[in-house]
Amino acid sequence: MNVETLSNTPGLEERAYRIRRNAVRMGEVQGQGYIAQALDIADVLAVAYFHAMRYRADDPTWEERDRFLLSNGHYAIALYAALIEAGVIPEAELELYGSDDSRLPMSGMASYTPGMEMSGGSLGLGLSIAVGMAMGLKRKKSDSRVYTLFSDGELGEGSVWEAMMSAAQYKLDNMIAIVDVNNQQADGPATEVTHFEPLVAKLEAFGWYVQRIDGNDMAAVTAAFDAAKAYPVPQPRIIVADTLMGKGVPFLEDREKNHFIRVEAHEWQLALKALDAGRPA
Amino acid sequence: MAVGAQGARRREAGMTRGAPVMNKPRLTTSAMIASIADADQPTKAAPFGNALVEVARKRSDIVGMTADLGKYTDLHIFGKAFPDRYYQMGMAEQLMFGAASGLAAEGFVPFATTYAVFATRRAYDFIHQTIAEENRNVKIVCALPGLTSGYGPSHQATEDLAVMRAMPNMTVIDPCDALEIEQAVPAIAEHQGPVYMRLLRGQVPLVLDKYDYRFEIGKAKLLCDGSDVLFISTGLMTMRTLEAAQKLAADKIAAAVLHVSTIKPLDADTILAQVRKPGRLVVVVENHTVIGGLGEAVAGVVLRDGIAPKFRHIGLPDEFLDAGALPTLHDRYGISTDAITKQTKQWLE
Repeated sequence: MNVETLSNTPGLEERAYRIRRNAVRMGEVQGQGYIAQALDIADVLAVAYFHAMRYRADDPTWEERDRFLLSNGHYAIALYAALIEAGVIPEAELELYGSDDSRLPMSGMASYTPGMEMSGGSLGLGLSIAVGMAMGLKRKKSDSRVYTLFSDGELGEGSVWEAMMSAAQYKLDNMIAIVDVNNQQADGPATEVTHFEPLVAKLEAFGWYVQRIDGNDMAAVTAAFDAAKAYPVPQPRIIVADTLMGKGVPFLEDREKNHFIRVEAHEWQLALKALDAGRPA
Repeated sequence: MAVGAQGARRREAGMTRGAPVMNKPRLTTSAMIASIADADQPTKAAPFGNALVEVARKRSDIVGMTADLGKYTDLHIFGKAFPDRYYQMGMAEQLMFGAASGLAAEGFVPFATTYAVFATRRAYDFIHQTIAEENRNVKIVCALPGLTSGYGPSHQATEDLAVMRAMPNMTVIDPCDALEIEQAVPAIAEHQGPVYMRLLRGQVPLVLDKYDYRFEIGKAKLLCDGSDVLFISTGLMTMRTLEAAQKLAADKIAAAVLHVSTIKPLDADTILAQVRKPGRLVVVVENHTVIGGLGEAVAGVVLRDGIAPKFRHIGLPDEFLDAGALPTLHDRYGISTDAITKQTKQWLE
């Protein structure tokens, strides 16, 4: 675990800042990356790794850990940033992001990276794996939870809805899913590609306990994770997190929305400066 | 040269699937004639389900999963014996294989069943990414392999071996009969890693008990020897090549039968040792399209070794096959005992 004492333990805002910073530094290494997504999901990851989840940084396969499945494998840059901040991956490896033989490939894979529980990238896989893991944990009478992060574009995959129904059928109350609604997928705004709204009503109809929050409001994210864990009814839980692509770097927040936002070579340092300017006191 | 393409006579004759001529007598052929067993053949009921129950009595890590086909893959027998270890996943194959990966990640050994078409066609990416790529210990056991259903292409898994064989990490098994299934179930349970096994269900013929047979993953076995023909066959086609060998013997043609139930990893050493014996016609026989299955696998092994035997291949044509009764279809596509025997004799002339 982290060595910091209680008095100097960084707050969640500081964790989110550092996750964003790690992600931008990795983006600079390769000159590219899904940086806008990493910035939008950093607050959720800060709460997951520094408030909600149980794990041991020095033992990523610790049996009693909570599992975190990254279904949207292209968000790997964000998860690596969080795993570095959590001490699962040494900070020095950040310089190897996306390089040949690195443990940090551009798209997340279970066999490469400590703390990566699944090979994502082919979208729509995560929730199905989560169903099986949640079943397995119940078989083992474990109280560990399975967290699954996926994206709004993935709602187009039928398998997501297969898993939704199955999780409800088996009353998998040890499943907590987070869907990142940044309203941007490969070919444009997600809401213009697939009719997934009204999402809360849909998910509730599928038998889930649903909360919809501003995914960049730290207090709201924290409260949602707490409520998801504490909810007493035996049903799976999901947090619909509306997020802002590029969050924390104003010139990226304002950039024309795109699945793969282009960042010019000189802009990585500007992005770090922007993050530093917004660093919590 | 591959045969089987003389099938689909209806289409060659320019006929279409129009309405039957009503003043003719009612046709008796039915798609419900779906048994692969001959009328007088000894059979065993549900060898897979019963064998899995036996293994599961000793191993609490084994769980069963099905996508609404428990009764049709004999897994319901396991479900009855171990209701709390039986996961009915509903009609959702993608979910099932993803969830199987998750259960395997938690240390369980899922036996996941459905029809071969639904596993290999609909859920291919889920098997590829969540099971094979992560090398999860999942056993995929699939009924209706190749041409064992008269329902037409929706249910006929004629290319399953090709696609599963192409998948890294995957062990691929095509058992012949009830005895082999009984032996294969504990063997694949013991094996670490993903396995795709073709399943014969219901009343399954019992053949290999007469050949002192012992299933081993990755081992081809010579069931009978002969100096004129070497049949290399897999799955239920080995029943047919054994019968064909007997029929050929009546014409003083001596046929050997090499049974290759593990398609991957292929037992190249045993295959090569047999093929190297001179003077024999080599005939590969499989219940699968001629593309990408055992025939091409054997051809590759043999050619890479620099051998050039007289090589022939009996398999299903590269077509969408007809609906109908299995005996009719097996004759039509050249994989019945009579068709195999006749074709082999022609090749020897």
